[in-house]
Amino acid sequence: MAEIRVDKLRKQFGEFTAVRQSSFTIEHGAFFVMLGPSGCGKTTTLRMIAGLELPSDGRILLDGEDVTFLRASHRDIAFVFQMFALYPHLSVFRNIAYPLRSQGVPRAEVRERVQETARLLRIEHLLKRGVSGLSGGDRQRVALGRAIVRRPKAFLMDEPLGALDAEFRRLMCGELRQLHDRIGATTIYVTHDQLEAMAMADRIAVMNHGVVEQVAAPQEIYDRPASMFVADFIGSPPMSFLRFEGAVRPGERTVRVNGALLDVPQQREEAAGPLALGLRPEHVRLADDSALRGRVFGAEYLGTTQIVTVNTPHGQIKARIPSSHAVGIGDNVGLALRAERLVLFDAGSGRALRSALYDGELNG
Amino acid sequence: MADVQLSEVTKRFGDVCAVQDLSLDIADGELMVLLGPTGAGKTTTLRTVAGLERPDAGRVTIDGRDVTAEPPAVRDVAFVFQQYSLYPHLTVYDNLAFPLRSPARRLPEEEVRRSVQRVAGLLHIESKLQNRATRLSGGEMQRVAIGRALVRAPAIYLMDEPLSSLDAKLRAELRLELKRIQSELGATILYVTHDQIEAMTMATRIGILAEGRLVQVGTPREVYERPANTYVAAHLGTPGINLIPAALLPAPAAPAGTHTIGARTEQLRIGHALNGSAQGVLKRVEHLGDQNHLHLNVGGHSLVTLADPHASWKAGDVLSVELIDPTYFDAAGRRIAA
Repeated sequence: MAEIRVDKLRKQFGEFTAVRQSSFTIEHGAFFVMLGPSGCGKTTTLRMIAGLELPSDGRILLDGEDVTFLRASHRDIAFVFQMFALYPHLSVFRNIAYPLRSQGVPRAEVRERVQETARLLRIEHLLKRGVSGLSGGDRQRVALGRAIVRRPKAFLMDEPLGALDAEFRRLMCGELRQLHDRIGATTIYVTHDQLEAMAMADRIAVMNHGVVEQVAAPQEIYDRPASMFVADFIGSPPMSFLRFEGAVRPGERTVRVNGALLDVPQQREEAAGPLALGLRPEHVRLADDSALRGRVFGAEYLGTTQIVTVNTPHGQIKARIPSSHAVGIGDNVGLALRAERLVLFDAGSGRALRSALYDGELNG
Repeated sequence: MADVQLSEVTKRFGDVCAVQDLSLDIADGELMVLLGPTGAGKTTTLRTVAGLERPDAGRVTIDGRDVTAEPPAVRDVAFVFQQYSLYPHLTVYDNLAFPLRSPARRLPEEEVRRSVQRVAGLLHIESKLQNRATRLSGGEMQRVAIGRALVRAPAIYLMDEPLSSLDAKLRAELRLELKRIQSELGATILYVTHDQIEAMTMATRIGILAEGRLVQVGTPREVYERPANTYVAAHLGTPGINLIPAALLPAPAAPAGTHTIGARTEQLRIGHALNGSAQGVLKRVEHLGDQNHLHLNVGGHSLVTLADPHASWKAGDVLSVELIDPTYFDAAGRRIAA
């Protein structure tokens, strides 16, 4: 168990700033996900926390102790790389025992801790087997076991499931999270897959171009994105944006989008110029009597629901509606929006404008 | 464009039977998707139509003409591979024009230009035509690779996981684009993927393969709502269908011989248990933003269902679970009509 604090962390590679002014705190026992596209600085941040990379500026605190310049091996953190790195000629037991034996832990204690680890991972029955004959899932579990057996203060994982196919990744996601719930060790998990992040995290830090754009719980990030980048990165399909020139004032409950008057959550701040109205697919409904109209560009059947893409004079909107609703390409349809869930953005800076939706926001 | 027919095609590689006794009709203008896991035989099937594999038994006909013994070049098919294979030293324009300039075709340059322009317009890469192929993003390169097939008007387009090397967002965009282009051109496409969302959203019809055999062919709605067996049911839909023993929950309408019951989200009604009606416990709520996955335990079996993210479910809740018009399967896993 450990609390990890990252304070104004910065990393420069020559001219290139990989991470700028990142600050966040990861609580004891939290499952914390750093999410962003490739090149956003998430892996560099993780490597600095691990001690594999030295920051250009800023501090890293592990349980209050400044470890910024401490060697990786002295940080009591386990870094889980791509998971299949096992010793093929050794048994499961010996693979898991390896980190302890190399530390000179007494034989009896090794046995006990390997047993305990195997119990946690539910692979006790495999201990005597060679690793080469194991299924993909069991190999992943053994690789994890090698990290767990050390009982580190924290686990750092860099896209550990990246190489797996979708179905299996989903399964391992659930398993990793359940394992975390049993062990309770602070975990930092890096991924570019927003679904993985949403499904596993207690809290997510969304990164872009070396900047932490938002740190919050998954549902919070989904419902109340701090920026257009976050709104667009999270959700499949992501948020749709209607872009327009306009102005809003505190207290207003409507906004004029290229001539159409639309209801929005009560606004809390003033803004003018290029704005964008963000709407999530499940907050859009087909409604014949609506003044907001468009032409159906595509309908994607997903079984329970379908995603309907509608081109409107104000921009393209995606709606998630029940698949029982028949929709044809080229149909002229009306769209009704769930006003209390819409987000206005300053389209210049990308920042979300405060509104009643953001009242009582839980940020960190 | 044309219709394409496979009749009782079998292909072996040594002891492995990659495709077994496969018959499939692809109608003119249809986007047929072959869906299955790695090793199911979908790529081998595609390569057999292309002429890159010779079947051990069976026939392939294009517009009624038996092409089984014909080499790829004379079959009038266009192939799009998973990895874009562009000529790095050529511009986008020349890459697109390449198939039209082959000695076998010898189209006048004016006609080549018209075709390239039309396809570049379809794929929204008009502004990139003079760029070197290597100066493009991954998504643009894959568009050019698809474009190189589209400049021709072959009997059928064969596509082997053309979107799988792209990131999720681009894949979603191109999925929609490709479907639009296909319906605009009225193109016949045989499309191979292991991604059920691609299959569901793009296909006119889906052919589901398992271990070299075609298990079911039907529209996305048919295979989703009326799967031939538990294998098909389990491979379509997110979250996956719940397959539970027939006796686990009351199912008064179950036909004789029901062994397994399939229940998707829309076939389950979840409620807070009232006095004595408890049937399950909510183990975990998984937040996915637009929806929550509820993980339930019912009599020792795990069930997953969708719920509105703003509904007040929490782990530990005791629930009533009711089946609504579920899907019934017999002991062999075959669906039985209710």
